[in-house]
Amino acid sequence: MSAPTRVRLLVAAAGVVALLPLLPLVVWSVSDTWPYPSLLPTSTTTRGLALLVAPRTGAVHSLVLSLGIGASVSVLAVLIGLPAGRAIGLSRFRGRRLVQLALLAPVIVPGLAVTLGLQVFFVRYGLSGTVPGVVLVQLVPTVPYAATVLGAGFANLDVDHERVARTLGAGPVRTTWSVTLPLLRPTIVAAALFCFLISWSEYILTLLVGAGRVQTLPLQLFAAIGGTDTTLAAALALLVVVPPLLAVLACSRVLSGRSSAGIGLGRL
Amino acid sequence: MIATPAGGLLELSSVSKRFGSTTAVVDVSLTLRPGSFTALLGPSGCGKSTLLALVAGLVHPDAGRIDLDGVSLLDAPAERRPVGLVFQKPLLFPHLSVLANVGFGLRVGGAGRRETRRASLQMLERVQLAGLEQRRVGELSGGQEQRVALARALVLSPRVLLLDEPFSALDSGLRATMRRLVRALADETGVTTVFVTHDQAEAVDVADDVALVLDGRLAGHGVASGFWSAPSSLAAARFFGVVNEIPGQVRGGVFSAQGWASLACDVPDGPGVLVVRPERLVVDAVTGPGPAMTATVHEVRFAGTHLVVRLVRADGGVLVAHPPVGTGVRAGSTVSVSAPPDACTVLVKDAAARD
Repeated sequence: MSAPTRVRLLVAAAGVVALLPLLPLVVWSVSDTWPYPSLLPTSTTTRGLALLVAPRTGAVHSLVLSLGIGASVSVLAVLIGLPAGRAIGLSRFRGRRLVQLALLAPVIVPGLAVTLGLQVFFVRYGLSGTVPGVVLVQLVPTVPYAATVLGAGFANLDVDHERVARTLGAGPVRTTWSVTLPLLRPTIVAAALFCFLISWSEYILTLLVGAGRVQTLPLQLFAAIGGTDTTLAAALALLVVVPPLLAVLACSRVLSGRSSAGIGLGRL
Repeated sequence: MIATPAGGLLELSSVSKRFGSTTAVVDVSLTLRPGSFTALLGPSGCGKSTLLALVAGLVHPDAGRIDLDGVSLLDAPAERRPVGLVFQKPLLFPHLSVLANVGFGLRVGGAGRRETRRASLQMLERVQLAGLEQRRVGELSGGQEQRVALARALVLSPRVLLLDEPFSALDSGLRATMRRLVRALADETGVTTVFVTHDQAEAVDVADDVALVLDGRLAGHGVASGFWSAPSSLAAARFFGVVNEIPGQVRGGVFSAQGWASLACDVPDGPGVLVVRPERLVVDAVTGPGPAMTATVHEVRFAGTHLVVRLVRADGGVLVAHPPVGTGVRAGSTVSVSAPPDACTVLVKDAAARD
């Protein structure tokens, strides 16, 4: 067996192992009657799928809401993470390690503790129970990752590219836009992807700050799991699983591209 | 974009720059004629690159003035100086095609798409890369990359072109080709060019003038051959490969050393050093013209075009001579060592002297 074949087999095996736990979900989501001790349901139904699109369950609304919040959080976290990443990736100043650690503090301390402290302010400023409030609180666990990933990207960036751009007549703004950001593209995509994935599965922060009024998909799912309708719960779970898989697939080309080899996730 | 026909007059006056506690450039004053081609020569870490960064505007001097055609450059940021800079690394923008790399500066400067394309294609042709305009940057060889970098700088018609060891990453054959290309382009455009290198052979091959930088200071500036025939300081002489130093005394404008005839010089009284290049040292059984001394032949080696003869003076000092092949010298024999007066330069024995 040649080496490439072995690698391909290994990747396939890893894929199977990763996706196998989802199989029962698929079975559950279409099962109608499933008496003991049958191995498989005795009759199937499309009720689960119908429930997903039914306005009553609000699954579609939650899907759109989760996508919107995830996109907003990714964009904002990357915007905040860019200057922070530049500072920790490029500058060599005293206390840089300390700043790096401070940036990571929100993910070292349990998010629940952070949010319980923050919640007072969300209530005071009328952000509790609002979508902007949820977006804001989700920046707590995402900005540290964005800054760290982008910091690695900046550390791998040859800033002489910026110096060349300046000698070619590009001012600081033009240099950032036409040189720095394109060079960092794979890192920016990676950071945004991470932030989206974190936001997508965020539960406790959304619950606390959203005060139950911002019903993202994870909240719907938890409610369904607590309920009795396993078909609905399984269908919802599948709905939660699919978008992140699509997002990773969509980004994989940029992340593994040859041009990104040097500056992607190189020094993470 | 209006083509500027000629290069600018670049004047540095008492320019100094420190980085924290390290001094990179000390009190450098240098005038480069319009259209001149100067090699900025010096060992690595001597401040050559900092000088270029100062002219390009990437670094601001602590003191001194930098003028182009009599107008100070220091008020303009890097992006508004008519100065092109090519680094040792090509630093092409990997997200752009070859054509877009060359056109980058024109587009930034507000040139139209069509005009940029026309000028870039023309420039690519002049660096002999016609037909490669649609290539991705990663598909080019090292020499091609540096040609693109050169085209990218020259397409903007700079008044001054700065080259920071541009070809040192290439192998020697290609380096020579690239030097000829850059020299031809500089002559064609008339741009005032500064070529940084640590290699004296490269410096004299590409440039007319040499500016020698040692420890952040200008140690000499002039026609390249002058550094061989009449070095301005002991440090400069050593950098240009002078190995023969004969210590002596200067009194009243006359240099004298033990066993060496007196030689008139314009060095102030005190300890002096007479320097002679190995290829000008004459080794003979009989005393030749000019000052001479006796020495013992320590070793004779064949070096292709000449012999390398190591000699030990009566006072224990070592001399090296490069006489022509066929010179009859044997190890262990005592010979007369002399040099024509025009090959001898007397210099002040500075504090940094080896012995």
